[in-house]
Amino acid sequence: MTPLIAEGTRATAEAASGTLQTGAWLLVGLPLLGAAVLLLGGRRTNAWGHWLAVALSWASFVWGALLFLDLRGLDAEQRVRNLHLFDWVPAGDKATGFNVSAGLQLDPLSVAFVLLVTFVGSLILVYSVAYMEHDPDRRRFFAYLNLFVASMLLLVLADNYLLLYVGWEGVGLASYLLIGFWNHNPAYAAASKKAFIANRVGDLGLSIAIMLMFAGFGTVSFAEVLPNADKASEGLLTAIGLMLLLGACGKSAQFPLQSWLGDAMAGPTPVSALIHAATMVTAGVYLVVRSGPIFEGAPTAQLVVVIVGAVTLVFGAVVGCAKDDIKKALAASTMSQIGYMMLAAGLGPIGYYFAIFHLLTHGFFKAGMFLGAGSVMHGMNDSVDMRRFGGLSTAMVTTYATFGLGWLAILGIPPFSGFWSKDGIIETAFATGEGWRPWVFGLTAMLGAAVTAFYMSRLFFMTFRGRKRWPEEAHPHESPALMTVPMIVLSVGSAALGFLLWSGSRFEHWLEPVTGGGVEGEPVIPKYVLMAITVALVLGGAFFAWSRYGSAAATVPQEAPRGSVLTRAARRDLYQDDVNEALLMRPGQYLTRSLVFVDNRGVDGVVRGVAAGIGGIAGRLRRWQTGFVRSYATSMLAGVLVVALGILAVRV
Amino acid sequence: MPWLTLIGAVPLVGALAVWLPFTPAAKARVVALATSVVALVLTLAMALQFDVGTAGEYQFAETYRWIPDLGVSYALGVDGIALTMVALSAVLVPVCVLAGWNELEPEQSKTFFALMLVLETFMIGVFAARDVFLFYVFFEAMLVPVYFLIGFFGGPNRRYAAVKFFLYSLFGGLVMLVAVIALYVQGPGGPDGFLTDKLTGLDFSGTATERLIFLGFFLAFAIKAPMWPVHTWLPDAAAEAPAGVAVLLVGVLDKVGTFGMLTLCLPLFPEASKWAVPVVIVLAVVSVIYGALLAIGQSDLKRLIAYTSISHFGFIVLGVFAMTSYGQSGSALYMVNHGFSTAALFLVAGMLIARRGSARIEDYGGLQRSTPLLAGVFLVAGMSSLALPGLSSFVSEFLVLVGTFTRYPAAAIVATVGIILAALYILLTYQRMFTGPKRDYAAGWRDLDAREAFVVAPLIAVIIALGFFPKPVLDVLNPAVERTMQQVGVTDPEPTVAGVTPAAEGTTP
Repeated sequence: MTPLIAEGTRATAEAASGTLQTGAWLLVGLPLLGAAVLLLGGRRTNAWGHWLAVALSWASFVWGALLFLDLRGLDAEQRVRNLHLFDWVPAGDKATGFNVSAGLQLDPLSVAFVLLVTFVGSLILVYSVAYMEHDPDRRRFFAYLNLFVASMLLLVLADNYLLLYVGWEGVGLASYLLIGFWNHNPAYAAASKKAFIANRVGDLGLSIAIMLMFAGFGTVSFAEVLPNADKASEGLLTAIGLMLLLGACGKSAQFPLQSWLGDAMAGPTPVSALIHAATMVTAGVYLVVRSGPIFEGAPTAQLVVVIVGAVTLVFGAVVGCAKDDIKKALAASTMSQIGYMMLAAGLGPIGYYFAIFHLLTHGFFKAGMFLGAGSVMHGMNDSVDMRRFGGLSTAMVTTYATFGLGWLAILGIPPFSGFWSKDGIIETAFATGEGWRPWVFGLTAMLGAAVTAFYMSRLFFMTFRGRKRWPEEAHPHESPALMTVPMIVLSVGSAALGFLLWSGSRFEHWLEPVTGGGVEGEPVIPKYVLMAITVALVLGGAFFAWSRYGSAAATVPQEAPRGSVLTRAARRDLYQDDVNEALLMRPGQYLTRSLVFVDNRGVDGVVRGVAAGIGGIAGRLRRWQTGFVRSYATSMLAGVLVVALGILAVRV
Repeated sequence: MPWLTLIGAVPLVGALAVWLPFTPAAKARVVALATSVVALVLTLAMALQFDVGTAGEYQFAETYRWIPDLGVSYALGVDGIALTMVALSAVLVPVCVLAGWNELEPEQSKTFFALMLVLETFMIGVFAARDVFLFYVFFEAMLVPVYFLIGFFGGPNRRYAAVKFFLYSLFGGLVMLVAVIALYVQGPGGPDGFLTDKLTGLDFSGTATERLIFLGFFLAFAIKAPMWPVHTWLPDAAAEAPAGVAVLLVGVLDKVGTFGMLTLCLPLFPEASKWAVPVVIVLAVVSVIYGALLAIGQSDLKRLIAYTSISHFGFIVLGVFAMTSYGQSGSALYMVNHGFSTAALFLVAGMLIARRGSARIEDYGGLQRSTPLLAGVFLVAGMSSLALPGLSSFVSEFLVLVGTFTRYPAAAIVATVGIILAALYILLTYQRMFTGPKRDYAAGWRDLDAREAFVVAPLIAVIIALGFFPKPVLDVLNPAVERTMQQVGVTDPEPTVAGVTPAAEGTTP
């Protein structure tokens, strides 16, 4: 009897597993359904629409979690599952044409993302129910958030680059709609457009990368391109790699396409937390990691990835030091932290692991801090000026405590989450490559950690510690439970997730089927010395911030002082907008204007002139107008006559 | 059953019914709508019987001798490409009739709707013609209703625009006429010597002859499409035409140009087509970029949409002449998709202009707060125009680009810059017209009403559906394109990486 029961149980388990996997499209489908119902349902759904959105997002999470448990039950080499959905673009010849089907790839990497996106996403949706309570357009807000979740899941689950592109642009659209959610403010409308355009520049890269892939491999699916990457020439792989990187730079706000992220803070704060911190902006890192085999065959492209990451991490950190707007400071920090991930992603297989590891921990602590910032704004009449905060720790205890855990995590203080992931990146940077490379990239990452400690502590102290600098009308108060509970959950993640994933190399082994698993090299400085120096630098940075912004003696002026040349530059995002304006926008406007002039006078004029020269037609237009169709009929008749005569002539 | 004749005749009969004196003027629009819906239903019924397996062959063929002494036949038939174009026309006409529902006084409306229906007959005729002379007749005849529609019912500069449109088309038509005769002379002659089949695969008396005749056809099609530098008639015509007419003009009529390139120029003149490829590719890429830049600089909403179409036509021509099967399938699909997305844009523009009484972009602003539905429809149509992945235009635009890239990477890369410019011209316009604080001029405006919703809903539905599931249309187009490829004698380039192994089987759960 016993074997029979066991047999039956196994069959049931297999059936359940099959259903879980074949139904994986529901991960995307459920939130998409929510978006459709809310957008098409109109005002009728105002009363309950947001709860539907929340429920569907959680449903996606539950499905994702079951799927994760299911995959974990399989042998490591069986954890990559491809699910064919339908023939999507069958174009041209069956054999040599462009044939792409829509399919999902369930594997450790995509499932890790699914869990991050649906879990953090659902928490933020819950938070938004309270945060957006008084907004007349709350329904539209939740529709867009559901659209975002669906697109993000499609992005990470797609089994080919073209379908990935659909998710890629879907999150871009959601981001555009949500940055401009309050687009009655012209500056916010401009910010949303700017984000979309910068992303489109990245899309140019992604498009060309996909074309290169098809021209080279005759396919764009992961399963056919990636295992065959080693057969392609290094030149082709370098080209594909650089173009993918351009796409990643647009989406992940990496240098030189970083300028949109600061402005994107125009969106409601939950949007900043979900899209512009925890998930969408990390899609570039996903793209690079996913395309690992391409980059491994193209060392030059890999080096460029590392350089872009290093430049951005410094850039973001410098800008972060000068911002007084709490959201913009957090945005700069996001940019910088993604710089870390990008740098890691350029360091080969072991780097992929740390990149994704940091991506997950960052997703928790940064989302938590953004929600904290939202809570502060909620209590301070939507003010974002940290020079008018200070001493909020007593007024908002939960916000203070949860934000504090996020702060410790991003600083990389052991044993909080960020320590495990960021320290890994610094070590790997010191351990990869030869000659100058480990030193330059390792030291950059290490010093970046010190600067991060300074500006994040500055932010933390300016907001929560020191003297109260509130405007008179401010009455800071703690936010309702719908907001604080998600913050608490995220802060638990900020504290513990890093260690949980790190211990027993759990997460490293989990990712191995995708990253191929790499051997950690020996850093040029011994590991524990490195760790000690890093922690010391971080504490130094934090202490410096304490002395200037946190201690009882520190005075923070309510108006920003003039500051040094560097401070002024950093406040203006190191003049990135001025550069873009001078190099692209103004010449572009000039070009457009002169072309419009030329088209009206020139091209049209020449054609009209030629016409006038041939038949004097232009001059007579006015007189011809009335009888014009009559003459046309005549000319048509003449035409027919010409044909008749011509043909008769030939036949005769 | 003579499906095509029937479908073509229904609007003509309807036009007569609308125009006859005893039809009450107030009923004109109802008759027009009913007729165009009947034509649409017939078209769908025909499409259901179309054999996808032989979509490369001409189906529902009808061949009668018309003027045997001149070699002219009345020959109709559709392959996959022609079928989709006939269907596009049949779908858009009722939509445009509904869009023009309240635009005119009853007395005027008789002429207006009669002309629209006549135009439908000619459009269906031109796509279904299987005789080069018949094609030419429809090609020229289409001008007459459009001329009157613009000249009678257009904006303040309608006369200038109508005449300009006429002159350009007339010039192109005359050149084509000469080429049509010259082609006949090269052919076998006889009482049915103008049949397209008889003129395909000719042995031309000389390379120069083939090229000259090709150029005659190509010039006419390039003006019609329109391509840079013979494009300047389009912005005037589209800006002055009523919205529904602009939709048919840009959405369908202009496609005759690209349709002619794909289904006449290439099969009739394979060697000359290949000879012309470098120049055409350059002109197409210039059109893509030039049209987009000019669109960014426009201050008039309808002129802007017209310039975006010049850019899109550049893409279509690019895909046709890149000579890859997926590029050409992409172009053929692009013709359909562009029809829908541009129709949606023009129609929303028309609804806004009807409310505001101005087409100047700077006269708008803040509308998202006043008329959120109109704003939403404009945004979806705009997103389709900028080829957002997930919407229909993306599939076709990407196919054109990848189809060009495998043969002419440099041209494809330059054309890809068009996707950035497209984002600019759409989002800049959205920003100027719909964002910003709520403004007084729009106080009391009604949002999208029921009739308007019926106008745009089918378009939006198609735009989304074909974005996720373009297969039914591609399945119809592919065999026709493959046949063209064979006629031209080209095959797709091979992947450059040798020994790519296909995906392992058995990983599907």
